[in-house]
Amino acid sequence: MRRTLAIALVGVLAAACSSGSRRPGEANAKPHTITVFAAASLANAFTDEASAYEKQTRVHVRFSFAGSQDLVAQLNEGAPADAVATADTATLGKLTIRLAGTPAVFARNRLVIVTAKGNPKHITGAADLSRRGLVVVLAAPSVPAGRYATAALQAAHVTVHPKSLEDNVRGVLTKVGLGEADAGIVYVTDADSAGTKVATIALPTSPIATYPAVAVDAIGQSFVDFLTSSTGQAILARYGFLRPE
Amino acid sequence: MKPARPPLSLATAAVAGAVFLLLPLISLLDRTPWQSLPRLLTSTSALTALRLSIECSLGALALSLAVGVPLAWLLARVDFRGKSLLRAAVTLPLVLPPVVGGVALLLAFGRHGVVPLSLSFTTWGAILAEAFVALPFLVLAVEGALLAVDERYDDVAATLGSSTTRTFFRVTMPLVLPALAAGSALAWARALGEFGATITFAGNLPGSTQTLPLDVYLTLQNDPEAAIALSTLLLALSLLVLVAMRSRWRLTR
Repeated sequence: MRRTLAIALVGVLAAACSSGSRRPGEANAKPHTITVFAAASLANAFTDEASAYEKQTRVHVRFSFAGSQDLVAQLNEGAPADAVATADTATLGKLTIRLAGTPAVFARNRLVIVTAKGNPKHITGAADLSRRGLVVVLAAPSVPAGRYATAALQAAHVTVHPKSLEDNVRGVLTKVGLGEADAGIVYVTDADSAGTKVATIALPTSPIATYPAVAVDAIGQSFVDFLTSSTGQAILARYGFLRPE
Repeated sequence: MKPARPPLSLATAAVAGAVFLLLPLISLLDRTPWQSLPRLLTSTSALTALRLSIECSLGALALSLAVGVPLAWLLARVDFRGKSLLRAAVTLPLVLPPVVGGVALLLAFGRHGVVPLSLSFTTWGAILAEAFVALPFLVLAVEGALLAVDERYDDVAATLGSSTTRTFFRVTMPLVLPALAAGSALAWARALGEFGATITFAGNLPGSTQTLPLDVYLTLQNDPEAAIALSTLLLALSLLVLVAMRSRWRLTR
């Protein structure tokens, strides 16, 4: 009885909420805004992509930037988006919702070690990250950047005891930029975006990160197509992303 | 005199309010995987987070008691310039977004902080973050009770030769004990649920700073079922606090 009542109430509320408001899944009315869920590491480049896309199509793009795994979890719980771009293919594969297209890889990336400005701890490579007393911060293993970092360290035969596992790669950059951590592993594009606030050290064992995007509905597809167009690719290249193979 | 029947418009709005508050909690219970609950809650990661959460929240409560009770006493019993300013400052963490508190703590007690204690990424950092948001609950509860208690009890104790410190512990404190208990319960529950300040200031590392709310947030991204199980556990702990407070409240009436 109580359960029935609860379910009835849910029904009433759901009906009240859904009538009237535009849902991105509906393709009838011409939209003036699309919603794109994108990996945190894409934030700077995608903001530029959006203004270029807006100029071309007169459609405004709004973003939700977060860790890829976070975005996929939100989408699976019914969060509204027209397209989604993640920092690895495995995370995108966890989407259980219906999609409007097939995933397209639009960029690749490498990982690097970042340290405080001027590299005061004289870190020269992955081996130094296991040094005692060094505060190292990584992305959590559930985050693509965390998985790539773990793979890079394993390939270099280095065991690191991180002090924190951040829930997105930008968190790692922030902690190093603030000087709370001595070193971290982020994408080369993140390191570039921080400019001179951090020092960058190469991580040759880093796997190449691939960024796939997929449309959730027909409107989203035009943004995904834009990313792989020459205009879209030029913007990504400017931010240090590698071209898809 | 009570109206025989509440006006329909008010009653409808009130029911909507109750549904709004209860529906999410009912949904949580509805989606809880009861069958696998014991297994999910006894996983190593869940137990680690639970143990850490209890340690940190009790640590935060101890810290709040140690500085919060004297602070409440100061606000209630001593007149000084800037008192209203201090009271506002004490209340601020109640309304401040916790993540802002976390940033502020980082700038105060981080490695390059004003007081460079390097508490970021340590369990002490997590305790400090929780105490920062929990302290106001304790101070406000105790201060309110102190203001309500007749100061003449203190005066009588003094005329009987009791020192100020002795009076504080033997006369003043016992009089506000119920408020102290209620304030402690609220502060503890707030500390247990702390998320924003903790993840910002203390970071996220299993066994050292990853408390239950952080675990729920990160687990939700990979294993929603386990996250719901952990959420149910936190809901149960919160309810326990309320029930404990209710019996305390009855006792004092």
